[in-house]
Amino acid sequence: MSISALLSMGRCCCRCCCPRGLWMLSAPCCDDRRMCVCPGPRRIGIPVGSSGLPLFSDAMPAPAQLFFPLLRNCELSRIYGTACYCHHKHLCCPPPYLPQSRLRYSPHPAYATFCRPKESWWQYTQGRRYASTPQKFYLTPPQVNSILKANEYSFKVPEFDGKNVSSVLGFDSNQLPANAPIEDRRSAATCLQTRGMLLGVFDGHAGCACSQAVSERLFYYIAVSLLPHETLLEIENAVESGRALLPILQWHKHPNDYFSKEASKLYFNSLRTYWQELIDLNTGESTDIDVKEALINAFKRLDNDISLEAQVGDPNSFLNYLVLRVAFSGATACVAHVDGVDLHVANTGDSRAMLGVQEEDGSWSAVTLSNDHNAQNERELERLKLEHPKNEAKSVVKQDRLLGLLMPFRAFGDVKFKWSIDLQKRVIESGPDQLNDNEYTKFIPPNYYTPPYLTAEPEVTYHRLRPQDKFLVLATDGLWETMHRQDVVRIVGEYLTGMHHQQPIAVGGYKVTLGQMHGLLTERRAKMSSVFEDQNAATHLIRHAVGNNEFGTVDHERLSKMLSLPEELARMYRDDITIIVVQFNSHVVGAYQNQE
Amino acid sequence: MFHRLLSVVRRQRTGRGWQNWSSGRSGASAAEAHSVALPAQAQVVICGGGIMGTSVAYHLSKMGWKDIVLLEQGRLAAGSTRFCAGILSTARHLSIEQKMADYSNKLYQQLEQETGIQTGYIRTGSIFLAQTQDRLISLKRINSRLNVIGIPSEIISPKKVAELHPLLNVHDLVGAMHVPEDAVVSSADVALALASAASQNGVQIYDRTSVLHVMVKKGQVTGVETDKGQIECQYFVNCAGQWAYELGLSNEEPVSIPLHACEHFYLLTRPLETPLQSNTPTIVDADGRIYIRNWQGGILSGGFEKNPKPIFTEGKNQLEIQNLQEDWDHFEPLLSSLLRRMPELDTLEIMKLVNCPETFTPDMRCILGESPLVQGYFVLAGMNSAGISFGGGAGRYLAEWMVHGYPSENIWELDLKRFGALQSSRTFLRHRVMEVMPLLYDLKVPRWDFQTGRQLRTSPLYDRLDAQGARWMEKHGFERPKYFVPPDKDLLALEQSKTFYKPDWFDIVESEVKCCKEAVCVIDMSSFTKFEITSTGDQALEVLQYLFSNDLDVPVGHIVHTGMLNEGGGYENDCSIARLSKRSFFMISPTDQQVHCWAWLKKHMPEDSNLLLEDVTWKYTALNLIGPRAVDVLSELSYAPMTPDHFPSLFCKVSANKVLFSSFLLVLL
Repeated sequence: MSISALLSMGRCCCRCCCPRGLWMLSAPCCDDRRMCVCPGPRRIGIPVGSSGLPLFSDAMPAPAQLFFPLLRNCELSRIYGTACYCHHKHLCCPPPYLPQSRLRYSPHPAYATFCRPKESWWQYTQGRRYASTPQKFYLTPPQVNSILKANEYSFKVPEFDGKNVSSVLGFDSNQLPANAPIEDRRSAATCLQTRGMLLGVFDGHAGCACSQAVSERLFYYIAVSLLPHETLLEIENAVESGRALLPILQWHKHPNDYFSKEASKLYFNSLRTYWQELIDLNTGESTDIDVKEALINAFKRLDNDISLEAQVGDPNSFLNYLVLRVAFSGATACVAHVDGVDLHVANTGDSRAMLGVQEEDGSWSAVTLSNDHNAQNERELERLKLEHPKNEAKSVVKQDRLLGLLMPFRAFGDVKFKWSIDLQKRVIESGPDQLNDNEYTKFIPPNYYTPPYLTAEPEVTYHRLRPQDKFLVLATDGLWETMHRQDVVRIVGEYLTGMHHQQPIAVGGYKVTLGQMHGLLTERRAKMSSVFEDQNAATHLIRHAVGNNEFGTVDHERLSKMLSLPEELARMYRDDITIIVVQFNSHVVGAYQNQE
Repeated sequence: MFHRLLSVVRRQRTGRGWQNWSSGRSGASAAEAHSVALPAQAQVVICGGGIMGTSVAYHLSKMGWKDIVLLEQGRLAAGSTRFCAGILSTARHLSIEQKMADYSNKLYQQLEQETGIQTGYIRTGSIFLAQTQDRLISLKRINSRLNVIGIPSEIISPKKVAELHPLLNVHDLVGAMHVPEDAVVSSADVALALASAASQNGVQIYDRTSVLHVMVKKGQVTGVETDKGQIECQYFVNCAGQWAYELGLSNEEPVSIPLHACEHFYLLTRPLETPLQSNTPTIVDADGRIYIRNWQGGILSGGFEKNPKPIFTEGKNQLEIQNLQEDWDHFEPLLSSLLRRMPELDTLEIMKLVNCPETFTPDMRCILGESPLVQGYFVLAGMNSAGISFGGGAGRYLAEWMVHGYPSENIWELDLKRFGALQSSRTFLRHRVMEVMPLLYDLKVPRWDFQTGRQLRTSPLYDRLDAQGARWMEKHGFERPKYFVPPDKDLLALEQSKTFYKPDWFDIVESEVKCCKEAVCVIDMSSFTKFEITSTGDQALEVLQYLFSNDLDVPVGHIVHTGMLNEGGGYENDCSIARLSKRSFFMISPTDQQVHCWAWLKKHMPEDSNLLLEDVTWKYTALNLIGPRAVDVLSELSYAPMTPDHFPSLFCKVSANKVLFSSFLLVLL
């Protein structure tokens, strides 16, 4: 399949196209659907067979060459006036008044992602152009597998004497980076002081600092919110007297999922302040802890702490820089809490939780357990309009983006959309030099009159599990924008039950010879092995998300092309994808139901 | 079809047998027999009417015990015994197993004559194929062992194999072993014949009677509770096959019998166009994981696949055995293997794929013997798919054990007491049998360790030793370091390391041995069984003097190396005893003696509340400092002088900080 076909098939995956006019002075560039170099190329409908795109029919690494003619077009077509230059996912747009020459790669890698000036593209594409020869280059199936499986992780809830007594059988998770480094994060943990399991996906933007921090901290906040008063007291006393702490969470981490050692003390202190407040607030009246409330409180509290830590700063310059990076970047979160048959999903942003339900006839249907917080959600648009004065009604959401910039309407961090202008300026001025040098942080969103524009408050959905609810898919928008939810549920459902799909053979009363039976069995085995190439449902889903062709089957050639995209280009064809597939134990769920 | 055929055949053949038992009892017909009340008491109650239960009953009655009741929950010989493939093979890896199979062979051969019941016994012989040189070595080892105990067998060439069996493809063979006296039988009929003979000798047999639990008082069997009432008895024999585990646990004082069932498949075909002769030899193609015997002119072929399906982990009742599903997809590798071995079968019509669960044990050896905790509670189960081969011999040994106090052969390798409590968890068994079943046809090289169900018990030093490059073996559930791989040396992967020749760890072990002989080494011996025997008076000394062969009345601080002997003068246990004080002794014996040694001591110690036996294995970590320079190390570590004068050989000291030194052993508290 040619790249042009590849491009024209998908939608734009860039979440932060620049508003019109913003680039007018600085980066004359292509406009509109046809010419945008916005790294959301899937939104661009490039006319196939256009004379300006002779290289498109080449195989990989053609994408490198792709941008060369595009940029030339841009040069020629200043008249179109609008440029989209955001390499970055959620946010882009250095202020328009800045002279172009000042837009350089930031020396720090974390900032390199903030903006990429045009010349570098030029140099880059030029260099590429000479370096690349139109030879065919494919990854072999084992190479594809090693890429797909690099981040896969599976956890099975341990059996107790041959029996699984938990309503969760286990989960599979995986992520496929498009950004370098990846900005998605995932977490999974079992609550040790209360019952239940927490699972979450976090989609970062403007760097991975915020998603990293949220993935490390959020579950602790939730677990603490769920703890009864006595346990909180016990923990506080243990800390006070220097005794060993009761473990709160048991993490289930892939070796690549890391925790920041440097910040742990800081994070712990914030958390401790939180539980101390919870202890103080306790009136001793209500002993029942409402999970929904706990989730909302935990989300809000963590976002608040992120904001506060950035305002207060830290004497340690490394930490000071870290907390600012966390606060100035952002992350969405979609977290599920499963305890017996009670399933709560707390969502902030545009990741999604999807329940796989097996109907009586064996077919699969998808039940959405979260609402996306973006421009496609009428209720969110309504909310934003209500929260801000009437005269802002037009500017608050522009081009499907918050203030014309940010795609998710709710997120952690992103203090640029939360703090007052004064506060932002004050923090940046007193902050470290790296921050001061960075143009992105200094830039104030346009039409910024009545902050905050952004909140981390989640929407919590409750679902009582039924025996027909077989699994839950938590995934970042990287998955949902390439696959329809119905397809996602069908693929996972068929994968998980694939074994049973082939009816067992019985000889019955028929005349069957050994040879015939052997032929039949060999055929069946060949069919099975293709289904069970993956041991991980999340990997299986990613394989489909990235490699599916028009017919909904995995096309190895396409998969190979998509995965061999150079680091710098991958983001233009796909977003980071993070998936957790939680499998439920129908027997246990059914037993719960029968008890009542 | 097969079911019907078999049951028709059985009814015809067994009718006579049934009448015998009925008339033997009260003259009532078979149908009425069920309502006959159980006797109120008996000397022995046997639970299980399969090949094992009937064999035990047969041998007990032959040895003169008459007051025996055999209970079967369903019909006689209707469990695994009925579905079993009926191959009797004497080619076993242990010589005790070979002896049992040899005895069974001789027993079944004359059984028809003795009882008048057709047992389907045909001396076909069997051929074990070798596709590789390693397999041939393995066969040669078995061959020489068979010849030692007088069972004829020989190693033959592929050409000879082709002469012995008309259908075999021999192109990929390097050789084979021929055991001409092996046989095939109809296993259910053998069990019925044994039952019939036992019944004639006075054994009372009741079917459709389930044992609920065994009643125990003061560690002694007192009776059996069944769904038809109670029977008082002195001895109980658990021959419940795959239900033996559950039955063992149903007592108030549970008896753990570590076994677990796996599904097992074999294929039955219709007769060939020119039906196979009834004396066509049985083929075992272990490299192809299959066995093939002739069956009514067609073939019967099954195997031991690499990915077994454990079953009944949570326990189920017997009725469901009949309804087990055929799983063709699971059988596919074995079918491929069969068609490769006998290509001409391609056009042969399938009759049925039989799913018959088989029971497996954690170490691939059957379980025989008396419970260490409950006296009079005997077990015979866990046949690892060789029930027919072992049935006669195992039943005889168990009967001898009950009648004479001990069997005529050393059966320690099969003794129930070789297992500890840790090996009876259901999860452990489920994992372990999945490794054991494929192992049946894997190459059995010396010093092979099981890989599943490991790290049940570890020494406190485990992590440190592991960090030093230790490779581990398991003994009685305890992890013990085998040798330490130097940092610059890589060993082969597990599968490649299987060899009958010089193993790749040989040089490592050589240097370790040298170090022990010429310098000094520390060995972690924490796994060793440690008991403390104390008393208020001289009782401890008296009982030990009675039980052990060496004189234990030595000065405090001395260590005696000695053994526990049985009435026949044989060794029950080999151990070292340190006299800690006048009235307390510290006993160290091998790891796997923990259960056996405890049971032996308990059995022979008088009931005396002032005499205390304590298992302190868990309390101590034992380090063995060995080598000519051990004393130098000790003197570095201790203030006490360590010269031979102060610290003679076989001597121990208890110092203030509770470290126990001895001239060859160092025990830390």
